[in-house]
Amino acid sequence: MKRIYAKEEHCIGCRLCEIYCILEHSGHQTLVKAFADEENRPEPACRVEEDGALSFALQCRHCEDAPCVAACIAGAMTRDPATGVVSHDKDKCVGCWSCVMMCPFGGIHIDIEKGKVVSKCDLCGGEDAPACVAHCPNEALIYE
Amino acid sequence: MPLSLIPAEFEIRRNPDLCIKCGVCTRQCSFSGQNINPDDGSISSDDNSCVGCQRCVTLCPTHALQVVQRPEQGRRHAIWTTATRAGIAKQAETGGMLLTGMGADKPFPVYWDRMFLNASQVTNPSIDPLREPMELRTYLGSKPNQVEFDEQGRPVTAMPPQLRLELPVMFSAMSFGSISLSTAMSMARAAAESGTYFNTGEGGLHASLRQYGANAIVQVASGRFGVTPDYLANSAAVEIKIGQGAKPGIGGHLPGEKVSAEVSATRMIPQGADAISPAPHHDIYSIEDLKQLIWALKESTNYTKPISVKIAAVHNIVPIASGAVRAGADIVAIDGIRGGTGAAPTMIRDNVGIPIEFALAAVDAQLRKEGIRHQASLVAAGGFRNSADIMKAIALGADAVYLGSSALVALGCHMCQKCYTGKCTWGIATQDPYLTKRLNPEIGVKRLKNLLRAWSLEMKEMLGGMGMNSIDSLRGNREMLRGIEMSAQELEILGVSPAGR
Amino acid sequence: MHRLPPFKIPAACGTAGILDRTGRRFNGEDIVRAMAVMRERGNGLGAGFVAYGIYPDHADDYALHIMAMDRDGLQRVMEFLPQVCEVVAHEEIPTRRTATIHDEPVLWRFFIRVPEGKLDGKDEQDYLVSDVVMIINQQVEGAYVASSGKNMGIFKGVGFPEPIAEFYRLEDYEGHLWVSHTRFPTNTGGWWGGAHPFGLLEWSIVHNGELSSYGVNKRYVEAFGYACTLFTDSEVISYMFDLLCRRHKLSIDLACLAMATPEWEDIDREADPERRALLTLMRQVYAGALLNGPFAVIAGYNGGMVGFCDRLKLRPLTAAEKGDRSYLASEEAAIWAVDGKPEVSWPIDAGKPVVFNLEEEKVASLANSR
Repeated sequence: MKRIYAKEEHCIGCRLCEIYCILEHSGHQTLVKAFADEENRPEPACRVEEDGALSFALQCRHCEDAPCVAACIAGAMTRDPATGVVSHDKDKCVGCWSCVMMCPFGGIHIDIEKGKVVSKCDLCGGEDAPACVAHCPNEALIYE
Repeated sequence: MPLSLIPAEFEIRRNPDLCIKCGVCTRQCSFSGQNINPDDGSISSDDNSCVGCQRCVTLCPTHALQVVQRPEQGRRHAIWTTATRAGIAKQAETGGMLLTGMGADKPFPVYWDRMFLNASQVTNPSIDPLREPMELRTYLGSKPNQVEFDEQGRPVTAMPPQLRLELPVMFSAMSFGSISLSTAMSMARAAAESGTYFNTGEGGLHASLRQYGANAIVQVASGRFGVTPDYLANSAAVEIKIGQGAKPGIGGHLPGEKVSAEVSATRMIPQGADAISPAPHHDIYSIEDLKQLIWALKESTNYTKPISVKIAAVHNIVPIASGAVRAGADIVAIDGIRGGTGAAPTMIRDNVGIPIEFALAAVDAQLRKEGIRHQASLVAAGGFRNSADIMKAIALGADAVYLGSSALVALGCHMCQKCYTGKCTWGIATQDPYLTKRLNPEIGVKRLKNLLRAWSLEMKEMLGGMGMNSIDSLRGNREMLRGIEMSAQELEILGVSPAGR
Repeated sequence: MHRLPPFKIPAACGTAGILDRTGRRFNGEDIVRAMAVMRERGNGLGAGFVAYGIYPDHADDYALHIMAMDRDGLQRVMEFLPQVCEVVAHEEIPTRRTATIHDEPVLWRFFIRVPEGKLDGKDEQDYLVSDVVMIINQQVEGAYVASSGKNMGIFKGVGFPEPIAEFYRLEDYEGHLWVSHTRFPTNTGGWWGGAHPFGLLEWSIVHNGELSSYGVNKRYVEAFGYACTLFTDSEVISYMFDLLCRRHKLSIDLACLAMATPEWEDIDREADPERRALLTLMRQVYAGALLNGPFAVIAGYNGGMVGFCDRLKLRPLTAAEKGDRSYLASEEAAIWAVDGKPEVSWPIDAGKPVVFNLEEEKVASLANSR
């Protein structure tokens, strides 16, 4: 399967990946609308980790032996054996956050104010590059 | 000073309907012109800090930003312009020289724009570069006057070392230190992959660029930074830098802030120490001293590499260039007044030297008159903006040109002229690791190769239009140029007829 | 006689050359027949002939054909020449009145020698070029040297080829090699001196085409001391032959190689490394000698003639042989017009010279033909 790889030497910490992740999962067509709709604005599944000049964007790694899938008590976190994509079903999620605790990368995020369900990378875009990769201005994210 | 009298140069305009407060602009600005308030996430701009580099404008995902030059401020005055007064205010507050970067921004006449190229009509057919080979290949170096043969018909003439260029364009000298390693890497790789050369400037050759030595013209400048036996051996040619078009007659100063660990290792100077290049070479006080250095470098490279001498276009450029050729230079590079720099006193950049067009035309004519034109190749530098400028330079007599500013523009430079601050937001003229990351050499190489390819296509098209299929037939072919808006004397110096004649 | 304006005039042309390889001499009627069928290629503004072997009585003297604006111009030449050489004989070039030829200059020929004492260490031919021909062309007012070789002469003027031949009484001359030219200049009234062939010493050039590279080639030969005063391609090509063949001692093949070099693509593909090195060397050194743009040239010299075309073959030139004779012409029809169908004929390849030499005097060729 294709994966997203971060090239930390090229990440400039602009966080456009986060911004376009929000747009992609907002249901809106434009950034302006997506950000104006604060109530429904999703948490970015892609996060830039930064310490001075060192930075890189991090998303769910879609582990082969994904600990989050094993930890999920509601059957909301599943791994498609055909595509290898680990996905999260918001309707089934009960908000126990076991996955958050199990993820060794910090790739699953929660927003306490907005509700219990978690958000994580769903490798949006299908065969095309996910939104974060497509909008990285410095080719610091690659999808291959 | 309690109150600064320096007016803001730019106005940052933010369209509140479009701004999503994502903060990208604040993270991109290295001059504190865009700031996020940590308390409420609101964003504010500071016009006084803005340098007009357009980084925030370019990265803003909703195109909410504009950064525009402020109009003349206060009572309008044609002579005492806002910029003139701002310079005085700056100096009154600092007591220092006005510093700047890139090439002169005064509205100097660009003589390329006053010359037009020819094309074939009826009497000789133009040639279609899509159907016929169109040759841009150029060899730089000293050529013998003629080829001699022995009795068996074998040539006995030895060819001095040559640089082979697949197009008559090279990247100009820019030192690692003044520019980032990724900028240097981009040029080195683009040169290697396009069949041309890059120039180390006076900053030495970083270890990671050593592999591109076959495409490197290595400079020996007055500070001798980074010059080692390996540096000379691992090169295509060696260039003695006498002067630079942006700052003829003065040396260089790389502030200690830009002397990072890598720069320190490459230049062989202490980290954090200012790198001062003396104004003259202190072993060259006359032409015979230059000759000694040329031959010392030939000797130390075993006569396998052409030796270039780069000089700024100054008033007596003609005898200087002729002297350099007679002193043994295989290549003479001439840098005109519009040439760029990483740092120069503004008054020097904007007032010292002469335009490359006149320097090139006069030197080419004189070398031919003296019968020594074949002894050295001429490389013109100083503000080549497009392929037409290059074609016109070749028609005036250049063998090739050096690109500096246009290569940087291809890499993202927006000519804010703040190179000397070391805070280049485009990751070009900086050593700050947070900023240098912004130029991904993978992208840089692609952009530079594209530029060279695009200009090659245009040059071939123009060449074919003139009914030629080799750049050899344009070199010094001033019949292919006609001038407008020039005095008879200017036309005479350029050796160009007026349009209509 | 009008002077030429000081800029270049594009022209298209018809050319032909006939060589008897055994050296048997024949009069000018054959070449006139060849030129007559190519009337379309000229417009009556210039035509000319060169004949080799026509002055056997003065075979060792340089024959200077002079065109003077008027008697004063001729007088100045008569005063100048004894200062620089020994005039063995001189006479008016015989002409006859014809219906269409008028405004002719004063036409005179001098047979001259250069006494050893005048040379001052210079090569005799260098001296003749720099101290005689170039001086007359540049400094002797109202006079111009039409040809300057031994045992040869150029006869040219404003008109179509047949009347020019009639005017110059070419049926009275016998030579082993005749080359001719008719001209279609695209502007200006013709000027006698601007007609072709153009000659320098033994070299004569006729040329159909326009050199886009003229500016480069002109400055290239100027760097070697030639003065381009006529602004014609043929002039610059003549100097180029003189420079490359006489002064640089290149074979005719190599001289043509310098002027119509193979493309870099072909050089890069050349399998023989020695040949590749030679071609690279020639291109590097002789970049300024590369003739670019459409051209087909016939260059005559005492020992024969060479025809060659530009690298793309943008202008026609056909070679042929029949019996003892070799032919070059813009159109094959011109060759047929002389002596019927040739035994063999072929269009000249792009950039590849075809050399026809006198049998007893094969010119040594230093390189393999391309």
